[in-house]
Amino acid sequence: MDKTRLRRLTGNGQQGTGDVSNHLVTIDDVDMRYGGPAGTLAVSGLSLHVDKGEFTAVVGPSGCGKSTLMKLVTGLHIPQQGVITVAGRQVTEPVSIVGMAFQNPTLLPWRTTLDNILLPLEIVQRHRRRLRANRAEYVERAEHLLETVGLKGFGDKYPWELSGGMQQRANLCRALIHEPDLLMLDEPFGALDAFTREELWCVIRDLHHETDVTIQLVTHDLREAVFLADRIFVMSARPGRIIETHAVPFERPRDLEVMYTPEFTDLVHELRGLIAAARTEQLEAAQ
Amino acid sequence: MSAEPTGADTASKPAEARRVEARQHGEAQRAAKRRPFPWVKAAPWLYTIALFAIWEGSVRLFTVPQYVLPAPTVILGAIIDYWPTIWTNSVQTLYTTVVGFLMAVAGGLALGLLVGWSRFIYAGLYPLMIGFNAIPKVAVVPILVIWFGIGDVPAILTAFLIAFFPIVVNVATGLATIEPEMEDVLRALGAKKLDVMLKVGIPRSMPYFFGSLKIAITLAFVGSVISETIAANAGLGHMMLAAQSQFNVPLVFAGLIMLAVEGIAMYALMAWIEKRTTGWAHRSGMAQGN
Repeated sequence: MDKTRLRRLTGNGQQGTGDVSNHLVTIDDVDMRYGGPAGTLAVSGLSLHVDKGEFTAVVGPSGCGKSTLMKLVTGLHIPQQGVITVAGRQVTEPVSIVGMAFQNPTLLPWRTTLDNILLPLEIVQRHRRRLRANRAEYVERAEHLLETVGLKGFGDKYPWELSGGMQQRANLCRALIHEPDLLMLDEPFGALDAFTREELWCVIRDLHHETDVTIQLVTHDLREAVFLADRIFVMSARPGRIIETHAVPFERPRDLEVMYTPEFTDLVHELRGLIAAARTEQLEAAQ
Repeated sequence: MSAEPTGADTASKPAEARRVEARQHGEAQRAAKRRPFPWVKAAPWLYTIALFAIWEGSVRLFTVPQYVLPAPTVILGAIIDYWPTIWTNSVQTLYTTVVGFLMAVAGGLALGLLVGWSRFIYAGLYPLMIGFNAIPKVAVVPILVIWFGIGDVPAILTAFLIAFFPIVVNVATGLATIEPEMEDVLRALGAKKLDVMLKVGIPRSMPYFFGSLKIAITLAFVGSVISETIAANAGLGHMMLAAQSQFNVPLVFAGLIMLAVEGIAMYALMAWIEKRTTGWAHRSGMAQGN
């Protein structure tokens, strides 16, 4: 966990330098259509890039293809048109350098929390071969992650013995155990109460601060996006594309108090206006 | 010591309870009475005893002839009188049922995994299985007799055929209801179909599988007895048919009672196995997304 921290070296200028060599994810003019040639066009003309170590958020009206974007980047879907590059390689199959967490924690109820967290290691090729021999080392890593997210000592509990917030914390550990370069979060805090959500925002903030992991967060909570991200992509209504990219100017690490400053509120308000406009456009197009 | 001893106190501190009893006789007696009787645990026995008591009472009260409905005591007499016959035939029925059931478990599990594995296989086999399940198994027994002759084999196969279906359906259901997010998480890590099945699908379908065993074992008894009633030289079905032709109604009922006993015993065994193997599913309520 003590690799060089690119983000630190660039100070707080985390606004995407345009330097291609620094891009972890590049999406170039991508079209994705579900269900054959006559099917729904989920995203169209989608282009964006994410730098190494950057924290980006994707917001937009519902049904705009945010989740499609996630599946494209992770290689679960291959686009019909356009090119997606992750870590310098064109995505043609699932990329195992990615960790994913969804709103539904999907922990396996027959495994303890610790065994749930170790599950990706039984899948990812470079780990599964050495898991049996080096189990102690991996368990130690898992315990460390549990401690990071505030679940120290809960490893031997079963998921159904944990609260919703605790399950989501364990879910984050599972997404991080194989030390992914890229963490994709799809509305991971959507189902939690307001206070637990704020706690987990801080957990994610600290995780990002302490490691050099790149995080992309898909959310419809604009305050969440502004609090956590360096840059925010605003998507149009379906078929989705990026209509605006917003740099978030607040200095890191951010305190929850930042959310009560006028600048924060202004930014949230502006984003809200953009999404409302995109929604209206969609409604008008429907009529 | 001035506090009133509650039921729990009396149970955990017998010495103290005895002293209290010596000093305050009446109060201790009331305390003992307050110890809750385990009604729920006793319920199966109480209901069973009540059923037989009402049965016995009604038969005596209305002087029902023995060839219509024998009283439980008469049936018990028949069980004792004909015990060697009953025992041999019970063991025979249990044997054919269990063999048929085990075949159904192996076959049902295998086919269930296959059907749950691929949508293509599922789409192709499902209508066939529905059609096959709709055929009354009684109608199949004569064919089995033509193929295999009278004996154990038709009984075993009928038990197998009838117990097979619920196992297939349940295992396939367990596999088909994997959360798509879970599959995405694993596939994004490079998991192959086999990985997803081994790590998620098969463990997930186990509660469905073990749950279906309870249904399957009961059905297996139906199958073997049907077959024994139509074409067999042994087994409870055959014994009851023979007893009926001799108007030995108490022996017919003795056969029914033995079937019920065997059925309950096997069901209890399956329930116990279910609980032992998939306890997580019963405590969580998470996996019961059916």
